[in-house]
Amino acid sequence: MSTALTTPNDAPAVADRADASPAVRIAGVHKSFGRPGTAVPVLDDITLDVAPGEFLCLLGASGCGKSTLLNLVAGLDQPTAGSIEVPGGRPALMFQEHALFPWLTAGKNIELALRLNGVPRAERKPEAERLLELVRLGGSYGKRVHELSGGMRQRVAMARALAQGSSVLLMDEPFAALDAITRDVLHEEITRIWQERRLTVLFVTHNVREAVRLAQRVVLLSSRPGRVAREWQIDLPQPRRIESACVADLSVEITEHLRGEIRRHGQH
Amino acid sequence: MASTETAPAAPEAPATPEAAPHQDLAGVEAGLDALDAVQPHRTSPAQLLREKVLPPVLGVLLVLGVWQLLFSLHVTPEYKLPSPLDVWHSLTDLWYQGTLFSIIWTSVWRGITGFAAAVVIGTPIGLLVARVKFVRAALGPVLSGLQSLPSVAWVPAAVIWLGIDDQAMYAVILLGAVPSIANGLVSGIDQVPPLFLRAGRTLGARGLGGARHILLPAALPGYLAGLKQGWAFSWRSLMAAELIASSPDLGLGLGRYLENQRDASDMSGVLLGIILILTVGVAIDLLIFTPIERRVLRSRGLLQTGR
Repeated sequence: MSTALTTPNDAPAVADRADASPAVRIAGVHKSFGRPGTAVPVLDDITLDVAPGEFLCLLGASGCGKSTLLNLVAGLDQPTAGSIEVPGGRPALMFQEHALFPWLTAGKNIELALRLNGVPRAERKPEAERLLELVRLGGSYGKRVHELSGGMRQRVAMARALAQGSSVLLMDEPFAALDAITRDVLHEEITRIWQERRLTVLFVTHNVREAVRLAQRVVLLSSRPGRVAREWQIDLPQPRRIESACVADLSVEITEHLRGEIRRHGQH
Repeated sequence: MASTETAPAAPEAPATPEAAPHQDLAGVEAGLDALDAVQPHRTSPAQLLREKVLPPVLGVLLVLGVWQLLFSLHVTPEYKLPSPLDVWHSLTDLWYQGTLFSIIWTSVWRGITGFAAAVVIGTPIGLLVARVKFVRAALGPVLSGLQSLPSVAWVPAAVIWLGIDDQAMYAVILLGAVPSIANGLVSGIDQVPPLFLRAGRTLGARGLGGARHILLPAALPGYLAGLKQGWAFSWRSLMAAELIASSPDLGLGLGRYLENQRDASDMSGVLLGIILILTVGVAIDLLIFTPIERRVLRSRGLLQTGR
Protein backbone atom coordinates (compact mmCIF):
# COMPACT_ATOMS: atom_id res chain seq x y z
CA MET A 1 0.00 0.00 0.00
CA SER A 2 1.05 3.55 -0.49
CA THR A 3 2.77 5.39 2.29
CA ALA A 4 0.08 8.05 2.16
CA LEU A 5 -1.94 5.86 4.49
CA THR A 6 0.22 6.95 7.39
CA THR A 7 -0.02 10.66 6.71
CA PRO A 8 -3.60 11.81 7.17
CA ASN A 9 -4.78 15.20 5.86
CA ASP A 10 -2.66 14.74 2.77
CA ALA A 11 -3.95 13.73 -0.60
CA PRO A 12 -2.97 10.11 -1.15
CA ALA A 13 0.24 10.00 -3.14
CA VAL A 14 0.12 8.44 -6.56
CA ALA A 15 1.73 5.09 -6.07
CA ASP A 16 3.79 4.98 -9.20
CA ARG A 17 6.55 2.93 -7.65
CA ALA A 18 7.19 -0.41 -9.25
CA ASP A 19 6.47 -2.40 -6.08
CA ALA A 20 3.00 -0.96 -5.46
CA SER A 21 0.49 -3.36 -6.99
CA PRO A 22 -2.30 -1.52 -8.79
CA ALA A 23 -5.85 -1.36 -7.44
CA VAL A 24 -7.15 -1.94 -10.96
CA ARG A 25 -5.10 -3.61 -13.66
CA ILE A 26 -6.45 -3.44 -17.20
CA ALA A 27 -4.18 -5.39 -19.55
CA GLY A 28 -4.59 -5.55 -23.32
CA VAL A 29 -8.37 -5.38 -23.16
CA HIS A 30 -10.36 -5.70 -26.37
CA LYS A 31 -14.13 -5.58 -26.46
CA SER A 32 -16.39 -5.94 -29.45
CA PHE A 33 -20.14 -6.36 -29.71
CA GLY A 34 -22.03 -8.47 -32.20
CA ARG A 35 -21.31 -11.78 -33.88
CA PRO A 36 -17.82 -12.84 -34.91
CA GLY A 37 -17.17 -11.59 -38.43
CA THR A 38 -19.47 -8.57 -38.22
CA ALA A 39 -18.42 -7.63 -34.70
CA VAL A 40 -17.90 -3.93 -34.03
CA PRO A 41 -14.79 -3.24 -31.94
CA VAL A 42 -15.53 -0.83 -29.10
CA LEU A 43 -12.33 -1.06 -27.10
CA ASP A 44 -8.97 -1.76 -28.70
CA ASP A 45 -5.99 -2.83 -26.65
CA ILE A 46 -6.59 -0.81 -23.52
CA THR A 47 -3.82 -1.15 -20.98
CA LEU A 48 -4.14 0.92 -17.86
CA ASP A 49 -3.10 0.52 -14.23
CA VAL A 50 -4.85 2.51 -11.52
CA ALA A 51 -2.74 2.89 -8.40
CA PRO A 52 -4.28 2.47 -4.95
CA GLY A 53 -5.64 5.80 -3.80
CA GLU A 54 -5.43 7.33 -7.27
CA PHE A 55 -8.17 9.51 -8.73
CA LEU A 56 -8.20 8.79 -12.46
CA CYS A 57 -10.54 10.36 -15.00
CA LEU A 58 -11.33 8.61 -18.27
CA LEU A 59 -12.15 11.28 -20.79
CA GLY A 60 -13.53 10.88 -24.27
CA ALA A 61 -16.20 11.81 -26.79
CA SER A 62 -19.20 9.63 -27.60
CA GLY A 63 -18.29 6.19 -28.84
CA CYS A 64 -14.98 5.95 -27.03
CA GLY A 65 -16.31 3.04 -24.98
CA LYS A 66 -15.64 4.63 -21.62
CA SER A 67 -18.84 3.29 -20.11
CA THR A 68 -18.16 -0.11 -21.66
CA LEU A 69 -14.75 -0.11 -20.01
CA LEU A 70 -16.31 0.76 -16.65
CA ASN A 71 -18.83 -2.07 -17.03
CA LEU A 72 -15.96 -4.46 -17.69
CA VAL A 73 -14.11 -3.30 -14.59
CA ALA A 74 -17.34 -3.62 -12.59
CA GLY A 75 -17.67 -7.21 -13.76
CA LEU A 76 -21.03 -6.58 -15.43
CA ASP A 77 -19.57 -7.73 -18.75
CA GLN A 78 -16.59 -9.78 -19.96
CA PRO A 79 -13.79 -8.50 -22.23
CA THR A 80 -13.43 -10.16 -25.65
CA ALA A 81 -9.69 -10.41 -25.06
CA GLY A 82 -7.25 -9.28 -22.41
CA SER A 83 -7.68 -9.29 -18.68
CA ILE A 84 -8.98 -7.07 -15.91
CA GLU A 85 -7.93 -7.55 -12.33
CA VAL A 86 -9.34 -5.81 -9.30
CA PRO A 87 -7.39 -7.39 -6.42
CA GLY A 88 -9.57 -5.74 -3.76
CA GLY A 89 -12.70 -7.57 -4.98
CA ARG A 90 -15.89 -6.38 -6.65
CA PRO A 91 -15.69 -2.59 -7.07
CA ALA A 92 -18.55 -0.22 -6.30
CA LEU A 93 -20.26 1.49 -9.22
CA MET A 94 -22.18 4.76 -9.46
CA PHE A 95 -24.29 5.66 -12.47
CA GLN A 96 -25.38 8.91 -14.08
CA GLU A 97 -28.85 8.14 -12.76
CA HIS A 98 -28.93 7.68 -9.00
CA ALA A 99 -30.37 4.16 -9.42
CA LEU A 100 -31.72 4.23 -5.86
CA PHE A 101 -34.59 1.83 -5.26
CA PRO A 102 -37.80 3.83 -4.85
CA TRP A 103 -39.47 1.20 -2.67
CA LEU A 104 -36.85 1.72 0.04
CA THR A 105 -35.98 4.78 2.12
CA ALA A 106 -32.57 6.42 1.74
CA GLY A 107 -31.32 4.55 4.81
CA LYS A 108 -32.75 1.20 3.70
CA ASN A 109 -31.12 1.57 0.29
CA ILE A 110 -27.78 1.75 2.06
CA GLU A 111 -28.72 -1.10 4.40
CA LEU A 112 -29.55 -3.32 1.42
CA ALA A 113 -26.04 -2.74 0.06
CA LEU A 114 -24.60 -3.55 3.50
CA ARG A 115 -26.73 -6.68 3.73
CA LEU A 116 -25.68 -7.92 0.29
CA ASN A 117 -22.12 -7.20 1.39
CA GLY A 118 -22.57 -9.57 4.33
CA VAL A 119 -22.72 -7.00 7.15
CA PRO A 120 -24.51 -8.52 10.18
CA ARG A 121 -28.03 -7.24 10.83
CA ALA A 122 -27.25 -5.42 14.07
CA GLU A 123 -24.52 -3.32 12.48
CA ARG A 124 -26.44 -2.25 9.39
CA LYS A 125 -28.48 0.62 10.75
CA PRO A 126 -25.67 2.36 12.64
CA GLU A 127 -23.37 1.92 9.64
CA ALA A 128 -26.02 3.31 7.26
CA GLU A 129 -26.42 6.32 9.54
CA ARG A 130 -22.64 6.82 9.62
CA LEU A 131 -22.50 6.74 5.83
CA LEU A 132 -25.35 9.25 5.59
CA GLU A 133 -23.44 11.49 8.00
CA LEU A 134 -20.42 11.16 5.73
CA VAL A 135 -22.36 12.56 2.76
CA ARG A 136 -23.94 15.12 5.11
CA LEU A 137 -27.44 13.71 4.98
CA GLY A 138 -27.60 12.77 8.65
CA GLY A 139 -31.32 13.51 8.99
CA SER A 140 -32.42 11.76 5.82
CA TYR A 141 -32.47 8.12 6.91
CA GLY A 142 -36.24 7.81 6.63
CA LYS A 143 -36.65 9.93 3.50
CA ARG A 144 -38.08 8.39 0.37
CA VAL A 145 -36.09 8.74 -2.83
CA HIS A 146 -38.67 11.04 -4.44
CA GLU A 147 -38.49 13.38 -1.45
CA LEU A 148 -34.80 14.09 -2.13
CA SER A 149 -33.36 16.59 -4.59
CA GLY A 150 -31.12 15.45 -7.44
CA GLY A 151 -27.95 16.31 -5.55
CA MET A 152 -29.16 14.58 -2.41
CA ARG A 153 -30.03 11.46 -4.39
CA GLN A 154 -26.54 11.30 -5.85
CA ARG A 155 -25.08 11.68 -2.35
CA VAL A 156 -27.24 8.80 -1.08
CA ALA A 157 -26.09 6.82 -4.13
CA MET A 158 -22.51 7.67 -3.14
CA ALA A 159 -23.16 6.44 0.41
CA ARG A 160 -24.72 3.27 -0.98
CA ALA A 161 -21.70 2.70 -3.21
CA LEU A 162 -19.42 3.13 -0.18
CA ALA A 163 -21.58 0.62 1.70
CA GLN A 164 -20.36 -2.04 -0.71
CA GLY A 165 -17.16 -1.94 1.27
CA SER A 166 -14.87 -1.69 -1.73
CA SER A 167 -12.00 0.79 -1.79
CA VAL A 168 -12.36 1.02 -5.58
CA LEU A 169 -15.15 3.30 -6.73
CA LEU A 170 -16.19 3.40 -10.38
CA MET A 171 -18.19 6.45 -11.41
CA ASP A 172 -19.99 6.67 -14.75
CA GLU A 173 -20.66 10.39 -15.36
CA PRO A 174 -22.33 10.57 -11.96
CA PHE A 175 -22.86 14.33 -11.98
CA ALA A 176 -23.75 14.83 -15.64
CA ALA A 177 -27.47 15.26 -14.98
CA LEU A 178 -27.07 17.81 -12.17
CA ASP A 179 -27.26 21.57 -12.36
CA ALA A 180 -23.94 23.45 -12.33
CA ILE A 181 -24.18 24.68 -8.73
CA THR A 182 -24.99 21.25 -7.35
CA ARG A 183 -22.31 19.64 -9.50
CA ASP A 184 -19.72 22.07 -8.17
CA VAL A 185 -20.64 21.18 -4.59
CA LEU A 186 -20.56 17.46 -5.34
CA HIS A 187 -17.09 17.86 -6.86
CA GLU A 188 -15.93 19.12 -3.50
CA GLU A 189 -17.78 16.28 -1.76
CA ILE A 190 -16.23 13.52 -3.83
CA THR A 191 -12.78 15.08 -3.43
CA ARG A 192 -13.24 15.21 0.35
CA ILE A 193 -14.56 11.66 0.60
CA TRP A 194 -11.85 10.33 -1.72
CA GLN A 195 -9.24 11.88 0.56
CA GLU A 196 -10.90 10.84 3.83
CA ARG A 197 -11.57 7.27 2.76
CA ARG A 198 -8.42 6.83 0.65
CA LEU A 199 -10.47 5.51 -2.24
CA THR A 200 -9.29 4.54 -5.66
CA VAL A 201 -11.60 6.33 -8.08
CA LEU A 202 -12.05 5.58 -11.77
CA PHE A 203 -14.24 8.40 -13.02
CA VAL A 204 -15.71 8.53 -16.52
CA THR A 205 -16.71 11.87 -17.99
CA HIS A 206 -16.93 13.82 -21.24
CA ASN A 207 -16.51 17.09 -19.36
CA VAL A 208 -12.88 18.25 -19.64
CA ARG A 209 -13.07 20.79 -16.83
CA GLU A 210 -14.65 18.26 -14.53
CA ALA A 211 -11.82 15.85 -15.29
CA VAL A 212 -9.16 18.50 -14.59
CA ARG A 213 -11.03 19.66 -11.47
CA LEU A 214 -11.06 16.17 -9.98
CA ALA A 215 -8.31 13.96 -11.29
CA GLN A 216 -4.71 13.26 -10.47
CA ARG A 217 -4.44 11.69 -13.89
CA VAL A 218 -6.58 12.24 -16.96
CA VAL A 219 -6.62 9.55 -19.65
CA LEU A 220 -7.95 10.63 -23.04
CA LEU A 221 -9.57 7.88 -25.08
CA SER A 222 -9.98 8.05 -28.84
CA SER A 223 -13.30 6.99 -30.33
CA ARG A 224 -14.39 4.01 -32.43
CA PRO A 225 -12.67 2.00 -31.30
CA GLY A 226 -11.62 3.32 -27.92
CA ARG A 227 -7.88 3.50 -27.46
CA VAL A 228 -5.73 5.31 -24.94
CA ALA A 229 -4.73 8.43 -26.88
CA ARG A 230 -2.86 10.45 -24.33
CA GLU A 231 -2.62 11.06 -20.63
CA TRP A 232 -1.86 13.92 -18.31
CA GLN A 233 -0.56 13.86 -14.76
CA ILE A 234 -2.11 16.71 -12.78
CA ASP A 235 -0.19 17.86 -9.75
CA LEU A 236 -2.40 20.81 -8.76
CA PRO A 237 -3.29 20.60 -5.06
CA GLN A 238 -6.81 19.70 -3.95
CA PRO A 239 -9.39 21.05 -3.41
CA ARG A 240 -9.24 22.87 -6.73
CA ARG A 241 -11.73 25.36 -8.06
CA ILE A 242 -13.27 24.62 -11.42
CA GLU A 243 -13.09 28.35 -12.26
CA SER A 244 -9.39 28.68 -11.46
CA ALA A 245 -6.84 29.67 -14.12
CA CYS A 246 -4.76 26.51 -13.75
CA VAL A 247 -7.76 24.28 -14.34
CA ALA A 248 -8.81 26.45 -17.27
CA ASP A 249 -5.35 26.42 -18.89
CA LEU A 250 -5.00 22.68 -18.74
CA SER A 251 -8.62 22.26 -19.89
CA VAL A 252 -7.85 24.29 -23.00
CA GLU A 253 -4.90 22.07 -23.80
CA ILE A 254 -6.78 18.83 -23.22
CA THR A 255 -9.80 20.10 -25.17
CA GLU A 256 -7.52 20.73 -28.14
CA HIS A 257 -6.42 17.11 -28.09
CA LEU A 258 -10.00 15.91 -27.58
CA ARG A 259 -11.14 17.94 -30.58
CA GLY A 260 -8.25 16.54 -32.58
CA GLU A 261 -9.50 13.03 -31.81
CA ILE A 262 -13.04 13.96 -32.78
CA ARG A 263 -11.91 15.71 -35.99
CA ARG A 264 -10.29 12.52 -37.26
CA HIS A 265 -13.77 11.01 -37.56
CA GLY A 266 -15.01 13.76 -39.86
CA GLN A 267 -12.24 13.29 -42.40
CA HIS A 268 -13.60 10.41 -44.42
CA MET B 1 1.21 3.43 -26.10
CA ALA B 2 0.04 6.67 -24.72
CA SER B 3 2.21 9.66 -24.31
CA THR B 4 2.43 11.04 -20.85
CA GLU B 5 2.55 14.71 -20.18
CA THR B 6 2.82 16.46 -16.90
CA ALA B 7 0.86 19.60 -16.42
CA PRO B 8 2.75 22.58 -15.05
CA ALA B 9 2.69 22.00 -11.33
CA ALA B 10 1.63 24.85 -9.12
CA PRO B 11 3.89 24.56 -6.09
CA GLU B 12 2.47 27.41 -4.07
CA ALA B 13 -1.07 26.86 -5.36
CA PRO B 14 -1.81 30.39 -6.45
CA ALA B 15 -4.95 29.34 -8.30
CA THR B 16 -6.88 28.35 -5.22
CA PRO B 17 -6.45 31.15 -2.74
CA GLU B 18 -10.06 30.93 -1.67
CA ALA B 19 -10.34 27.17 -1.71
CA ALA B 20 -13.41 26.70 0.40
CA PRO B 21 -12.82 24.83 3.62
CA HIS B 22 -15.15 21.88 4.09
CA GLN B 23 -17.13 23.70 6.79
CA ASP B 24 -18.25 26.28 4.23
CA LEU B 25 -19.16 23.46 1.87
CA ALA B 26 -21.42 21.94 4.51
CA GLY B 27 -23.24 25.25 4.78
CA VAL B 28 -23.68 25.57 1.01
CA GLU B 29 -24.85 22.01 0.83
CA ALA B 30 -27.41 22.46 3.61
CA GLY B 31 -28.69 25.56 1.81
CA LEU B 32 -29.00 23.72 -1.50
CA ASP B 33 -30.78 20.83 0.18
CA ALA B 34 -33.24 23.21 1.79
CA LEU B 35 -33.85 25.01 -1.51
CA ASP B 36 -34.25 21.83 -3.54
CA ALA B 37 -36.12 19.73 -1.02
CA VAL B 38 -39.50 18.52 -2.14
CA GLN B 39 -42.15 19.94 0.16
CA PRO B 40 -44.50 17.22 1.36
CA HIS B 41 -48.06 18.19 0.54
CA ARG B 42 -50.91 17.20 2.85
CA THR B 43 -54.55 17.68 1.98
CA SER B 44 -56.80 19.06 4.71
CA PRO B 45 -59.96 17.12 5.72
CA ALA B 46 -62.16 19.84 4.21
CA GLN B 47 -60.29 19.62 0.91
CA LEU B 48 -60.51 15.82 1.04
CA LEU B 49 -64.27 16.07 1.54
CA ARG B 50 -64.63 18.56 -1.29
CA GLU B 51 -62.41 16.74 -3.79
CA LYS B 52 -62.82 13.07 -2.95
CA VAL B 53 -66.15 12.48 -1.24
CA LEU B 54 -68.47 15.08 -2.68
CA PRO B 55 -68.15 14.31 -6.44
CA PRO B 56 -69.01 10.58 -6.25
CA VAL B 57 -71.89 11.30 -3.83
CA LEU B 58 -73.23 13.87 -6.29
CA GLY B 59 -72.84 11.33 -9.11
CA VAL B 60 -74.92 8.72 -7.26
CA LEU B 61 -77.56 11.33 -6.38
CA LEU B 62 -77.74 12.37 -10.03
CA VAL B 63 -78.36 8.76 -11.14
CA LEU B 64 -81.05 8.34 -8.45
CA GLY B 65 -82.64 11.66 -9.49
CA VAL B 66 -82.82 10.69 -13.16
CA TRP B 67 -84.19 7.30 -12.21
CA GLN B 68 -86.91 8.84 -10.00
CA LEU B 69 -87.72 11.32 -12.75
CA LEU B 70 -88.15 8.56 -15.36
CA PHE B 71 -90.36 6.69 -12.90
CA SER B 72 -92.49 9.76 -12.13
CA LEU B 73 -92.93 10.51 -15.85
CA HIS B 74 -94.18 6.92 -16.38
CA VAL B 75 -91.81 6.42 -19.31
CA THR B 76 -92.29 2.63 -19.05
CA PRO B 77 -94.81 0.53 -17.11
CA GLU B 78 -94.05 0.12 -13.43
CA TYR B 79 -93.29 -3.61 -13.67
CA LYS B 80 -90.39 -2.70 -15.97
CA LEU B 81 -89.06 0.26 -14.02
CA PRO B 82 -89.88 0.33 -10.32
CA SER B 83 -89.01 3.41 -8.27
CA PRO B 84 -85.83 3.68 -6.16
CA LEU B 85 -88.08 3.39 -3.13
CA ASP B 86 -89.45 0.02 -4.34
CA VAL B 87 -85.90 -1.28 -4.59
CA TRP B 88 -85.22 0.05 -1.10
CA HIS B 89 -88.24 -1.93 0.15
CA SER B 90 -86.87 -5.08 -1.50
CA LEU B 91 -83.68 -4.48 0.44
CA THR B 92 -85.45 -4.00 3.76
CA ASP B 93 -87.53 -7.14 3.05
CA LEU B 94 -84.34 -9.16 2.71
CA TRP B 95 -83.03 -7.51 5.85
CA TYR B 96 -86.12 -8.44 7.89
CA GLN B 97 -86.11 -11.98 6.48
CA GLY B 98 -82.55 -12.17 7.80
CA THR B 99 -81.21 -13.50 4.49
CA LEU B 100 -79.44 -10.36 3.20
CA PHE B 101 -76.04 -11.10 4.72
CA SER B 102 -76.14 -14.82 4.07
CA ILE B 103 -76.81 -14.15 0.35
CA ILE B 104 -73.96 -11.64 0.14
CA TRP B 105 -71.62 -13.75 2.21
CA THR B 106 -72.20 -16.92 0.15
CA SER B 107 -70.94 -15.11 -2.95
CA VAL B 108 -68.23 -13.03 -1.27
CA TRP B 109 -66.77 -16.07 0.48
CA ARG B 110 -66.66 -17.98 -2.80
CA GLY B 111 -65.15 -14.98 -4.53
CA ILE B 112 -62.47 -14.42 -1.91
CA THR B 113 -61.39 -18.05 -1.54
CA GLY B 114 -61.41 -18.50 -5.31
CA PHE B 115 -59.39 -15.33 -5.73
CA ALA B 116 -56.89 -16.42 -3.06
CA ALA B 117 -56.42 -19.73 -4.87
CA ALA B 118 -55.95 -17.81 -8.14
CA VAL B 119 -53.19 -15.73 -6.51
CA VAL B 120 -51.44 -18.88 -5.28
CA ILE B 121 -51.61 -20.45 -8.74
CA GLY B 122 -51.17 -17.36 -10.91
CA THR B 123 -48.10 -15.90 -9.17
CA PRO B 124 -45.65 -18.76 -9.83
CA ILE B 125 -47.00 -19.09 -13.39
CA GLY B 126 -46.36 -15.38 -13.93
CA LEU B 127 -42.84 -15.66 -12.52
CA LEU B 128 -42.03 -18.60 -14.78
CA VAL B 129 -43.44 -16.92 -17.88
CA ALA B 130 -41.57 -13.70 -17.12
CA ARG B 131 -38.18 -15.25 -16.38
CA VAL B 132 -37.94 -18.46 -18.43
CA LYS B 133 -37.70 -17.79 -22.17
CA PHE B 134 -39.07 -21.15 -23.27
CA VAL B 135 -42.05 -20.97 -20.91
CA ARG B 136 -42.79 -17.46 -22.14
CA ALA B 137 -42.74 -18.55 -25.76
CA ALA B 138 -44.96 -21.52 -24.95
CA LEU B 139 -47.42 -20.11 -22.42
CA GLY B 140 -47.33 -16.35 -23.02
CA PRO B 141 -49.76 -16.30 -25.97
CA VAL B 142 -52.04 -18.85 -24.25
CA LEU B 143 -52.26 -16.64 -21.16
CA SER B 144 -53.01 -13.51 -23.19
CA GLY B 145 -55.62 -15.41 -25.18
CA LEU B 146 -57.28 -16.78 -22.04
CA GLN B 147 -57.43 -13.26 -20.68
CA SER B 148 -59.62 -12.15 -23.55
CA LEU B 149 -61.85 -15.24 -23.34
CA PRO B 150 -64.86 -14.43 -21.13
CA SER B 151 -64.68 -17.07 -18.46
CA VAL B 152 -68.46 -17.56 -18.62
CA ALA B 153 -67.62 -19.60 -21.68
CA TRP B 154 -66.11 -22.17 -19.29
CA VAL B 155 -69.33 -22.63 -17.31
CA PRO B 156 -70.86 -25.39 -19.49
CA ALA B 157 -67.55 -27.28 -19.57
CA ALA B 158 -67.02 -26.85 -15.83
CA VAL B 159 -70.54 -28.12 -15.11
CA ILE B 160 -70.01 -31.23 -17.25
CA TRP B 161 -66.55 -31.95 -15.84
CA LEU B 162 -67.18 -31.13 -12.20
CA GLY B 163 -70.96 -31.19 -11.76
CA ILE B 164 -73.16 -28.36 -10.57
CA ASP B 165 -71.39 -27.62 -7.30
CA ASP B 166 -68.83 -25.35 -5.67
CA GLN B 167 -65.98 -26.99 -7.58
CA ALA B 168 -67.42 -25.78 -10.86
CA MET B 169 -67.76 -22.26 -9.40
CA TYR B 170 -64.13 -22.25 -8.28
CA ALA B 171 -62.95 -23.60 -11.63
CA VAL B 172 -64.66 -20.70 -13.42
CA ILE B 173 -63.18 -18.15 -10.99
CA LEU B 174 -59.70 -19.59 -11.46
CA LEU B 175 -59.94 -19.60 -15.23
CA GLY B 176 -60.99 -15.96 -15.08
CA ALA B 177 -58.49 -14.68 -12.54
CA VAL B 178 -55.30 -16.72 -13.02
CA PRO B 179 -54.46 -15.29 -16.48
CA SER B 180 -54.98 -11.72 -15.23
CA ILE B 181 -52.79 -12.21 -12.19
CA ALA B 182 -50.06 -13.99 -14.13
CA ASN B 183 -50.13 -11.41 -16.91
CA GLY B 184 -50.02 -8.56 -14.39
CA LEU B 185 -46.89 -10.02 -12.83
CA VAL B 186 -45.31 -10.58 -16.26
CA SER B 187 -45.89 -6.99 -17.35
CA GLY B 188 -44.78 -5.74 -13.93
CA ILE B 189 -41.50 -7.61 -14.33
CA ASP B 190 -41.11 -6.52 -17.97
CA GLN B 191 -41.46 -2.89 -16.93
CA VAL B 192 -38.74 -3.02 -14.27
CA PRO B 193 -36.14 -0.47 -15.42
CA PRO B 194 -32.97 -2.31 -16.50
CA LEU B 195 -31.00 0.22 -14.42
CA PHE B 196 -32.42 -1.30 -11.21
CA LEU B 197 -31.27 -4.75 -12.30
CA ARG B 198 -27.80 -3.42 -13.15
CA ALA B 199 -27.63 -1.57 -9.84
CA GLY B 200 -28.75 -4.73 -8.08
CA ARG B 201 -26.04 -6.77 -9.79
CA THR B 202 -23.31 -4.30 -8.81
CA LEU B 203 -24.57 -4.48 -5.23
CA GLY B 204 -24.17 -8.25 -5.45
CA ALA B 205 -27.82 -9.28 -5.75
CA ARG B 206 -27.96 -12.30 -8.04
CA GLY B 207 -30.27 -15.26 -8.45
CA LEU B 208 -32.86 -15.70 -5.70
CA GLY B 209 -31.49 -12.76 -3.71
CA GLY B 210 -31.84 -10.57 -6.77
CA ALA B 211 -35.43 -11.69 -7.28
CA ARG B 212 -36.29 -11.07 -3.65
CA HIS B 213 -34.55 -7.74 -3.11
CA ILE B 214 -34.78 -6.13 -6.55
CA LEU B 215 -37.02 -7.83 -9.10
CA LEU B 216 -40.13 -8.52 -7.04
CA PRO B 217 -40.32 -5.18 -5.19
CA ALA B 218 -39.67 -3.37 -8.47
CA ALA B 219 -42.47 -5.34 -10.16
CA LEU B 220 -44.94 -4.78 -7.31
CA PRO B 221 -47.01 -1.97 -8.92
CA GLY B 222 -47.69 -4.07 -12.04
CA TYR B 223 -48.43 -7.10 -9.89
CA LEU B 224 -50.95 -5.13 -7.82
CA ALA B 225 -52.66 -3.91 -10.98
CA GLY B 226 -52.90 -7.54 -12.08
CA LEU B 227 -54.38 -8.55 -8.71
CA LYS B 228 -56.95 -5.80 -8.96
CA GLN B 229 -57.98 -6.87 -12.43
CA GLY B 230 -57.88 -10.50 -11.29
CA TRP B 231 -60.39 -9.69 -8.55
CA ALA B 232 -62.69 -7.95 -11.02
CA PHE B 233 -62.52 -10.98 -13.31
CA SER B 234 -63.10 -13.39 -10.39
CA TRP B 235 -66.18 -11.52 -9.29
CA ARG B 236 -67.62 -11.25 -12.79
CA SER B 237 -67.03 -14.90 -13.60
CA LEU B 238 -68.52 -15.97 -10.31
CA MET B 239 -71.70 -13.95 -10.85
CA ALA B 240 -72.05 -15.34 -14.37
CA ALA B 241 -71.55 -18.87 -13.09
CA GLU B 242 -74.09 -18.41 -10.30
CA LEU B 243 -76.60 -17.03 -12.77
CA ILE B 244 -76.23 -19.95 -15.15
CA ALA B 245 -75.71 -22.92 -12.85
CA SER B 246 -78.69 -23.75 -10.70
CA SER B 247 -78.63 -26.42 -8.00
CA PRO B 248 -79.82 -26.64 -4.40
CA ASP B 249 -76.27 -27.74 -3.50
CA LEU B 250 -74.98 -24.32 -4.41
CA GLY B 251 -76.82 -22.33 -1.78
CA LEU B 252 -78.24 -18.88 -2.41
CA GLY B 253 -75.66 -16.39 -3.63
CA LEU B 254 -76.12 -13.01 -5.25
CA GLY B 255 -76.17 -14.39 -8.79
CA ARG B 256 -78.76 -16.99 -7.88
CA TYR B 257 -80.84 -14.37 -6.04
CA LEU B 258 -80.83 -12.24 -9.18
CA GLU B 259 -81.96 -15.16 -11.36
CA ASN B 260 -84.67 -16.14 -8.82
CA GLN B 261 -86.11 -12.62 -8.90
CA ARG B 262 -86.19 -12.74 -12.70
CA ASP B 263 -88.14 -16.03 -12.49
CA ALA B 264 -90.58 -14.30 -10.17
CA SER B 265 -90.76 -11.26 -12.50
CA ASP B 266 -89.83 -9.09 -9.51
CA MET B 267 -88.10 -6.17 -11.20
CA SER B 268 -87.22 -4.32 -8.03
CA GLY B 269 -85.58 -7.53 -6.76
CA VAL B 270 -83.64 -7.78 -10.02
CA LEU B 271 -82.44 -4.20 -9.71
CA LEU B 272 -81.52 -4.82 -6.08
CA GLY B 273 -79.49 -7.87 -7.13
CA ILE B 274 -77.61 -5.80 -9.74
CA ILE B 275 -76.95 -3.02 -7.24
CA LEU B 276 -75.71 -5.47 -4.59
CA ILE B 277 -73.35 -7.18 -7.05
CA LEU B 278 -72.01 -3.80 -8.12
CA THR B 279 -71.67 -2.60 -4.55
CA VAL B 280 -69.73 -5.66 -3.40
CA GLY B 281 -67.36 -5.44 -6.37
CA VAL B 282 -66.73 -1.75 -5.83
CA ALA B 283 -66.48 -2.08 -2.04
CA ILE B 284 -63.80 -4.77 -2.17
CA ASP B 285 -61.87 -2.71 -4.70
CA LEU B 286 -62.16 0.47 -2.63
CA LEU B 287 -61.57 -1.09 0.77
CA ILE B 288 -58.78 -3.52 -0.08
CA PHE B 289 -57.05 -2.97 -3.41
CA THR B 290 -57.13 0.79 -3.79
CA PRO B 291 -55.59 1.57 -0.37
CA ILE B 292 -52.78 -0.96 -0.92
CA GLU B 293 -52.11 0.30 -4.42
CA ARG B 294 -52.13 3.94 -3.33
CA ARG B 295 -49.80 3.20 -0.46
CA VAL B 296 -47.30 1.48 -2.73
CA LEU B 297 -47.47 4.17 -5.41
CA ARG B 298 -47.31 7.02 -2.92
CA SER B 299 -44.28 5.61 -1.14
CA ARG B 300 -42.50 5.49 -4.51
CA GLY B 301 -43.49 9.00 -5.49
CA LEU B 302 -45.64 7.68 -8.32
CA LEU B 303 -48.79 9.48 -7.17
CA GLN B 304 -49.15 13.18 -7.76
CA THR B 305 -49.48 15.11 -4.55
CA GLY B 306 -53.04 15.83 -3.62
CA ARG B 307 -54.34 12.74 -5.34
